[in-house]
Amino acid sequence: MAARKFIHDFVVRKNIRLNPRHFVLELTPPEKLPAIFPGQFVQVLVEDTGSTFLRRPFSIHFIDHSSNLLKLMIQIKGEGTRKLSRLMEGDRINLIYPLGNSFILESISPVLLIGGGCGVAPLLFLAQQFNLRDIRPTILIGGKTKKDLLDVEEYMKLGDVLISTEDGSDGEKGLVTEHSILKTGISAFNKIYTCGPESMMKKIAEITGKAGVDCEVSLENTMACGFGVCLCCVTPTVHGNERVCVEGPVFNTKELRW
Amino acid sequence: MVNLTTQIGNLKLKNPVLTASGTFGYGVEFADFIDLSRLGGIVVKAVTGKNREGNPYPRMAETPSGMLNSVGLQNKGVDHFVKEIYPAIKDLNTCLIVNVSGSTIEEYVEVAEKINELEKIPAIELNISCPNVKHGGMAFGTVAASASEVTAAVRAVYNKDLIVKLSPNVTSIADIAKAVADGGADSLSLINTLLGMAIDINRQRPVLATITGGLSGPAIKPVALRMVWQVHKAVNIPIIGLGGIMNANDAIEFLLAGASAIQVGTANFIDPAVTMKILEGIEAYMRLYKIQSVKDLVGALKNE
Ligand SMILES: Cc1cc2nc3c(=O)[nH]c(=O)nc-3n(C[C@H](O)[C@H](O)[C@H](O)COP(=O)(O)OP(=O)(O)OC[C@H]3O[C@@H](n4cnc5c(N)ncnc54)[C@H](O)[C@@H]3O)c2cc1C
Ligand SMILES: Cc1cc2nc3c(=O)[nH]c(=O)nc-3n(C[C@H](O)[C@H](O)[C@H](O)COP(=O)(O)O)c2cc1C
Repeated sequence: MAARKFIHDFVVRKNIRLNPRHFVLELTPPEKLPAIFPGQFVQVLVEDTGSTFLRRPFSIHFIDHSSNLLKLMIQIKGEGTRKLSRLMEGDRINLIYPLGNSFILESISPVLLIGGGCGVAPLLFLAQQFNLRDIRPTILIGGKTKKDLLDVEEYMKLGDVLISTEDGSDGEKGLVTEHSILKTGISAFNKIYTCGPESMMKKIAEITGKAGVDCEVSLENTMACGFGVCLCCVTPTVHGNERVCVEGPVFNTKELRW
Repeated sequence: MVNLTTQIGNLKLKNPVLTASGTFGYGVEFADFIDLSRLGGIVVKAVTGKNREGNPYPRMAETPSGMLNSVGLQNKGVDHFVKEIYPAIKDLNTCLIVNVSGSTIEEYVEVAEKINELEKIPAIELNISCPNVKHGGMAFGTVAASASEVTAAVRAVYNKDLIVKLSPNVTSIADIAKAVADGGADSLSLINTLLGMAIDINRQRPVLATITGGLSGPAIKPVALRMVWQVHKAVNIPIIGLGGIMNANDAIEFLLAGASAIQVGTANFIDPAVTMKILEGIEAYMRLYKIQSVKDLVGALKNE
């Protein structure tokens, strides 16, 4: 039986702007946070404006049980995320959580975490969980330019960070999938964990597949309910069409037929 | 105390709030959010003769005050339902209705016969209105003669309560309703989704893999309400109204227009506890207007 899900009004503690298109929300629920695992997500209610009718799914960026905080890292894409970007301290937002499965933490070092753009969101929580197991992950972060790299200092606290930017303004120049670690050092890792644009994840799946390294990806298929009933967010797997919101969002690339 | 019970054919329901097929899974998915035994009934997701993988992704497009879906009846087939799912839900202590779907009359009949054997399923909802499968459901539901034919074929093998779910994608819903009533339906549910479409202008491509899909949510409510009202005037069998119900006021509109019960669909995605709020809202409305029984609300629209 899956863990219990909750619907709660969270209070916005902070809304931190990272750059013009990204922000982090720090939220507290009315009671103590339940057990939550890296890779899980929440469904956020954005007040209906006609064009924002359904909830919006976001990965859990970080959990701080000691101060009862749940953090989301959000990219402004359209009306819904724009509305969320305007939330102020003390505002309330309604969440269904925790949803989906989670990354399976390998207990042998070294592991590599790869995030492209806002895909780094779930990797901070994942890195922290590795730290609790005395594993300091390598974290490869990619962005268009230096300005698009999100909260790199936070990741540096938890892992050894590698950087790539498309324009070369920081780290190696090129796409994250072209980083030298993926060319020369890939087989040294016990497992790769990645989240980002689908084209990036597919490329990484291809690279890790060839190198014979285990790889988990976190998918972001468009979804309506987020808890398994509408069957809209499916992805083809070796077991047939599976729901990204329940059997995922994290899949081992060996299972996917995408 | 107001009397919330209602009757759909031979089905006695504890209250008029049911959930719509394809939007509520098998019910158990909502057990964290509501007390399922407080529902008037649950219509579980479509069951077909064989396993169906459904349509390719993307299957969903959000639209103004609604959404398009093209799930395409993904389910593991009737034998899997009987063996694996039925035992897990049979004791939920609410009225369980199975949505029966198919592509051929033989398939509908096969599924109905197998569901007929299940003691704790007092009714089926015959889905002759799904817009998302080729040669499927909707073709039956959009022509009076075939709607009547499939209803009669299932009636011949199914001896419990037979609800037939109508498609709104027709010129005259009243004509289809009459044909289905003549075919032997005990009651009708309406509406299924309206056929629609969305285009991604940046990619100059349809959003849905199937190009068209079924529109649901508040965007379709006025159409659904009009159809319930028309069908209520056209036939004598009970009606279950649905389409865009988001709150108690919406539900009460359907009851006034002639529905004896209502189903909540897409609204469950936004608020998984919405059915309980709708139930409580209907009760509060009845107290406010001193209406003793739900039955006194059904079709009580004044039109002078
Ligand atoms: C499991 C999951 C986890 C996610 N985690 C995060 C996260 O941590 N941070 C974050 O910023 N975003 C995340 N997303 C994506 C986020 O949900 C969407 O960006 C958001 O819903 C867009 O809402 P909007 O109203 O601003 O944009 P809309 O107006 O709804 O859409 C704007 C544009 O973005 C496209 N779009 C919308 N949703 C998606 C999607 N899921 N995938 C691809 N394209 C989409 C639309 O087609 C449209 O072109 C996640 C999605 C899923 C399914
Ligand atoms: C994702 C989704 C899946 C659906 N699947 C089914 C189905 O399997 N069988 C069926 O008869 N109707 C199905 N429907 C239609 C609903 O039961 C309902 O008729 C329709 O959505 C209108 O009601 P609503 O606006 O309250 O959602 C589905 C609707 C949605 C949104």
